[in-house]
Amino acid sequence: MISLAGRDILHSWGKFVFTGVGLGLLIGVTLSMAGVYRGMVDDAWSLLDNSGADLWVVQKDTLGPYAESSSLYDDVYRSIRVMPGVASAANVTYLTMQVVQGGRDVRAMVVGVVPGGPGEPGQPGYLVAGRHMTRGHYEAVADTAAGFKLDEIIEIRRNRYRVVGLTRHTVSSAGDPMIFIPLKDAQEAQFLKDNDVILQQRRRTSENPAFDRPGVPGLLDSIITSQSTNTYVNAVLVVIKPGYAPEEVAEPIRRWKRLQVYTRTQMESILIGKLIATSAKQIGMFLIILATVSAAIVAFIIYTLTLGKIREIAVLKLIGTKNRTIAGMIMQQSLGLGLIGFIVGKIAATLWVPIFPKYVLLLPGDAARGFFAVMLICLLASLVAVRAALKVDPAEAIGG
Amino acid sequence: MADLQRGILIEGLRKRYGEGDTAVDALKHVDMEVAPGEVVGLIGPSGSGKSTLLKCLGAVTEPSAGRMTVGGEIIYDNGWKIPDLRALRRDKIGFVFQAPYLIPFLDVTDNVALLPMLAGVSNAEARKRALELLSALDVAHRANAMPAQLSGGEQQRVSIARALVNRPPVILADEPTAPLDSERALAVIRLLNQMAQQYSTAIIVVTHDEKIIPTFKRIYQIRDGRTHEQAGEGRELE
Repeated sequence: MISLAGRDILHSWGKFVFTGVGLGLLIGVTLSMAGVYRGMVDDAWSLLDNSGADLWVVQKDTLGPYAESSSLYDDVYRSIRVMPGVASAANVTYLTMQVVQGGRDVRAMVVGVVPGGPGEPGQPGYLVAGRHMTRGHYEAVADTAAGFKLDEIIEIRRNRYRVVGLTRHTVSSAGDPMIFIPLKDAQEAQFLKDNDVILQQRRRTSENPAFDRPGVPGLLDSIITSQSTNTYVNAVLVVIKPGYAPEEVAEPIRRWKRLQVYTRTQMESILIGKLIATSAKQIGMFLIILATVSAAIVAFIIYTLTLGKIREIAVLKLIGTKNRTIAGMIMQQSLGLGLIGFIVGKIAATLWVPIFPKYVLLLPGDAARGFFAVMLICLLASLVAVRAALKVDPAEAIGG
Repeated sequence: MADLQRGILIEGLRKRYGEGDTAVDALKHVDMEVAPGEVVGLIGPSGSGKSTLLKCLGAVTEPSAGRMTVGGEIIYDNGWKIPDLRALRRDKIGFVFQAPYLIPFLDVTDNVALLPMLAGVSNAEARKRALELLSALDVAHRANAMPAQLSGGEQQRVSIARALVNRPPVILADEPTAPLDSERALAVIRLLNQMAQQYSTAIIVVTHDEKIIPTFKRIYQIRDGRTHEQAGEGRELE
């Protein structure tokens, strides 16, 4: 038996191809939306991977440092270092800000880390060019997405940093490229005010009689110094010793240091379940709407094509064609349209995804799921047309 | 009368639409006999019941009473009907319409071969049968053309080939010459007569066409839902 659907598609291929291209662009948008979500999840995982930590120690009762602000004294890490199972611990600060690169603003996450080599908590694990920071001040390692090159100068607040190394795909959960600078500089940058504000603050303090008492000559200087230094960090990153379970090390820190400690699993659930949950729901809604629109378009097109063939369907029924053959023809056409649409959509998504400003990750598994979803939607959408075709009376082929 | 066991035999056929006061008797009493190899005309004014009779014979409308025999098989007998009407239409009845109604996305060969394919014949065998018929009807040279590329007369010949391809004992032709000029109309009737003879097929031609009515040897006129048999001129077809 010949394929009636195949012959019809070949006969009016232009109609099918153009409709398929239109549907394909819609499918391409749907695949890209799924890719945007996957990209966000991947960015979140990259953030955790790049930190090199097994545990995140943050301010008590906060979801820090990525989902909420967290503040710890910068000497807390010393006491954590001696806790059972801790191999190493290091302070880290995170500050999202605009930096200027070649005359353009780049939104970046500035990460303050203790200078050192790879493997140290907080340090970027792999560089694509240059070296890790070795000096305590004014060096930086930047992600290539920020656009900086080796030896280029980055201005952060009032300080200038030389780029000594480049990383790739070290981004924040929002997809902003990371710029690593020495911890002390980052602490300063977090609370550094402009000169006018500093002068005004010093004058206010020095004119406060409570701080400038004749009997305590060093008090004023001490207070002014404390006002201009930042002794806080956002988190302490902990690497645990081999053979220890993360929870086994985390629990004593929670109990004895009265700090919040997150394991990798908990941090993943915070990032994915809380930080990007709303975005995920937003994308989920888009996917539902796009799937509904696609189904409506396929249903409308197939229904219209079927109505245009009512006389032929009546003739087919009159000459003895089985209902299931006619239903099969309509369903196959719908699936054919879906196949064309999916191929066009996949190609379109693959072509336009690299020009997206944020990372979009197209996974083969999502494409496979998308393919089956498209086929299912097309199958369901064809049911309206199938119903119309099956209601056609073969007597319509005979006049009168 | 020739062997009616393989032709058409209709006895006391009635068809009523609706019930009660609104009921309409489209067919009040129809008797008809068509022998294998015979072509008879069915004429009558609009609304006389021609199309209803054709639909009853074509097994797409169920009569209200009477008896119909097609190709030696009783297909309807006072409320009883043959169970597989679809197979009956496919295997025992060929249809030729006013417009050819060829499937626009199939070429000429496949338009004709589709019926045997639907009956389970292999594609190769079905196409072989189709090509034989297309040769007999002198349209084999258009075997690979699409219907839209054919003239009206060629399309009608292809539709006749489609009606004949399963060798049905009966062909129902509904105004087959309406869109054609005199010459082509007579050519179609000539073709139907040839095919009726060649394949021993009983053919009923429903028509208003004054050009072809004189060619029938027997005519059934239908008036007010009743058939009246009359002799035709049986004019020779050149």
